[in-house]
Amino acid sequence: MKQLFLSVILLLAAHPASAGDWPQFRGLGGTAVSEETGLPVKWSITDNVRWKAELPGRGVSSPVIAGGRVYVTAASAYRERRLHVLCFDAANGKKMWERQLAATGGTMCHPKTSMAAPTPVTDGRHVYALFATGDLAAFNRDGDLLWYRPLLRDYPDITNQVGMAASPILAGDTLLLPLENAGDSFALGVDAKTGRNRWKTPRRRDINWVTPIVARFRGKTAALFQTAGEITAYDAANGEVMWSYKSNNLGSVPSPALVDDLVIVPGNPSVALRVLGDGNPEVVWKSRKLAAAYASPVVYRGKIYATTGIGIACLDASTGQEIWRERLGTGFSASPVIADGKLYVAKEEGDISVVQLGDQPKILANNSLKEPLLATPAIAGGAIYLRTEKHLYCIAAKK
Amino acid sequence: MRRISSGQLIALLLSTASVSAEAPVEALARLKAVGREGAGNEAAARAWKDVVRQGPTALPALLQVMDDAASANWLRTAGDAIVERALAAGKPLPAETLEQFARQTRHNGAARRLAYEWLCRVDPKTPGRLLPDMLQDPSPELRRDAVAAVVKQARSQLDKGDEDAARAAYRRALSGACDKDQVDVIVKALDKLGVKIDVAAHFGFVRQWLVIAPFDNHNDAGFNVAYPPEKGVDPKAAYKGKGGKEARWTAVTTDDPYGTVNLNKELGKQQGVAAYAYAAIESPKERKIQIRAGSVNGIKIFLNGRELYHRDEYHHGMDVDQHIAAATLKAGRNELLIKVCQNEQKEDWAQEWRFQVRLCDAVGSAVPFTQVSDPSLKRKRRASNPSLTLQARISRGTP
Repeated sequence: MKQLFLSVILLLAAHPASAGDWPQFRGLGGTAVSEETGLPVKWSITDNVRWKAELPGRGVSSPVIAGGRVYVTAASAYRERRLHVLCFDAANGKKMWERQLAATGGTMCHPKTSMAAPTPVTDGRHVYALFATGDLAAFNRDGDLLWYRPLLRDYPDITNQVGMAASPILAGDTLLLPLENAGDSFALGVDAKTGRNRWKTPRRRDINWVTPIVARFRGKTAALFQTAGEITAYDAANGEVMWSYKSNNLGSVPSPALVDDLVIVPGNPSVALRVLGDGNPEVVWKSRKLAAAYASPVVYRGKIYATTGIGIACLDASTGQEIWRERLGTGFSASPVIADGKLYVAKEEGDISVVQLGDQPKILANNSLKEPLLATPAIAGGAIYLRTEKHLYCIAAKK
Repeated sequence: MRRISSGQLIALLLSTASVSAEAPVEALARLKAVGREGAGNEAAARAWKDVVRQGPTALPALLQVMDDAASANWLRTAGDAIVERALAAGKPLPAETLEQFARQTRHNGAARRLAYEWLCRVDPKTPGRLLPDMLQDPSPELRRDAVAAVVKQARSQLDKGDEDAARAAYRRALSGACDKDQVDVIVKALDKLGVKIDVAAHFGFVRQWLVIAPFDNHNDAGFNVAYPPEKGVDPKAAYKGKGGKEARWTAVTTDDPYGTVNLNKELGKQQGVAAYAYAAIESPKERKIQIRAGSVNGIKIFLNGRELYHRDEYHHGMDVDQHIAAATLKAGRNELLIKVCQNEQKEDWAQEWRFQVRLCDAVGSAVPFTQVSDPSLKRKRRASNPSLTLQARISRGTP
């Protein structure tokens, strides 16, 4: 093995949000792993529900949680022309504030998705919400508008008619926006304080739904953007390319994952990359056993867990070898998440399987909320937050 | 309402003392002055707080200046915050002023809708009081609710067994209906009651076209090539098209209720090609309109030689009103040209090559126009429709 000069470290320190928060799509650092314990294993529409809030519209975005507040987006009205950003008190579900935007971009999309598909991101003091219409707004935790941008006014050919769904993330105080489409396609680094562009770099012209992740290479904060044809690391400060790996048949929906010094790139086959001292990535392994369609893989204690067409697979992160697989059914749009050694796997019809992880999996429960559920669960403050088609549930064990 | 400059805005606000006595004039002007790519965001954020601090007294002035999409969401969120905080503090809203504003159709439709929604929050009787007068309203959202209310009445009449009253109510609802889902419901109900509706006429679909192909669109490169029809349409001209094939204008008429022209049927299934569709439109007077199109292919819309709209995106769905171009019809003859590009994707679902176009006002209601055809051209009919003639008068559907 070539000498390793570089290591990949999750950029947790860049987020003011604390370890107990869930500040972005797939939680802190986009790992989909929470340090919470004591979470309920079983629940229903009435059992172990700390609170439940009715939402004003549809959405497949996940809630994000920081500082005792839960933020979620929704879209309502004819053809989802009305966009909502809502803030709830995490303790009791009381709505703290709601702001509405009128869509300034087209609202056509696949019926499975929504204009409220991108998950917002919070740094604990502010929340940044992007909609599939290209409307982008930043609010402080009290609902004051910090800035707003109708992105279609600046870039008329972004968005797409299947529906943009990739989520914005933060790298320090730079908001990273994946705006990868068939018409105009680019990544944008925006000053989170002002909403003004810091950098803009062209991306592959095709529709894409991959939420980027943040990592560190050679002492720099990097933003990893992936499409079906490549994964590229950009310097988050200025958008300059640090390295790029090209391959056919990479995923255009699931996000990459980080484990030790490896970047796990979902695709068919999926690829594990290690970035070398010359700044270029080498392929460590490839595997067709990890072929996530929509859901992103999650890494936990040296193993990769990913949905298959009919369940979940567990792979050794260092070799890509399959360790086990378990049938759970079909219909995985939400990404699996992990807390307290348990994997939570949501299915589109609203069932969530709780799987005890180990040498072999053990299904602990199959819980149903009896409503469509396409949003990735969020875990924070001793609770599981589930966003169904019409409601936001806070699932927590009774004290 | 025409768009106004910041200077004009201040003058207007100072002159409308009845609504602006306590209005933060400069703050509203700063909200309106936000430029492209977030220019002016910082000043606008300060202004947003200034406006919100004014409380409910700022609402009338805020609504007055809400006349463009770019700044509307700055103003909308400020208004929402004012109302939310006022209601939480038990402060009254200026209900009488809001109702006057909501009723006056000279104001911006989105602003009137906002006033209406705020009123609804303090007075649940608002819909019953206002909606009966809004069946022909220029605000799409207000009109939609008014139509829904009449449909509800029609259903109620039907439940009572009074078909005559139900028929009359459905007809009344149709007179205001512009949104496809509502029109579909009403047309289906009327059909069951023995009333046939010319749906294409109701929507203002263009049904007669001259079409021509094949122009080269290999690798999608033809989308931005101005082929001869873009320089002027001569119905008798022939051109050397893709692969040396002769391209000649062919007259087609569609009797699809939604005006769909299937180019695979009219021109033969082809890939990597661009087609043009031309229609001569007579307008009784100059008027601002919207040209609304649907296409599963790359599309450009030209009126009187000027490109008004483009969307270089393929096979991501098609729907009524998917593409909207603002336009002005001249009094007399107008030349409408649509470019519809087919790409070279091989998948079964990527073989469609079709479009639809309608002419309507900003709310979506058909505008009167006449189609003019060249009688020397042989016209292909997809199916007989006695209501169509070469000089078909397209007018609002009046059942």
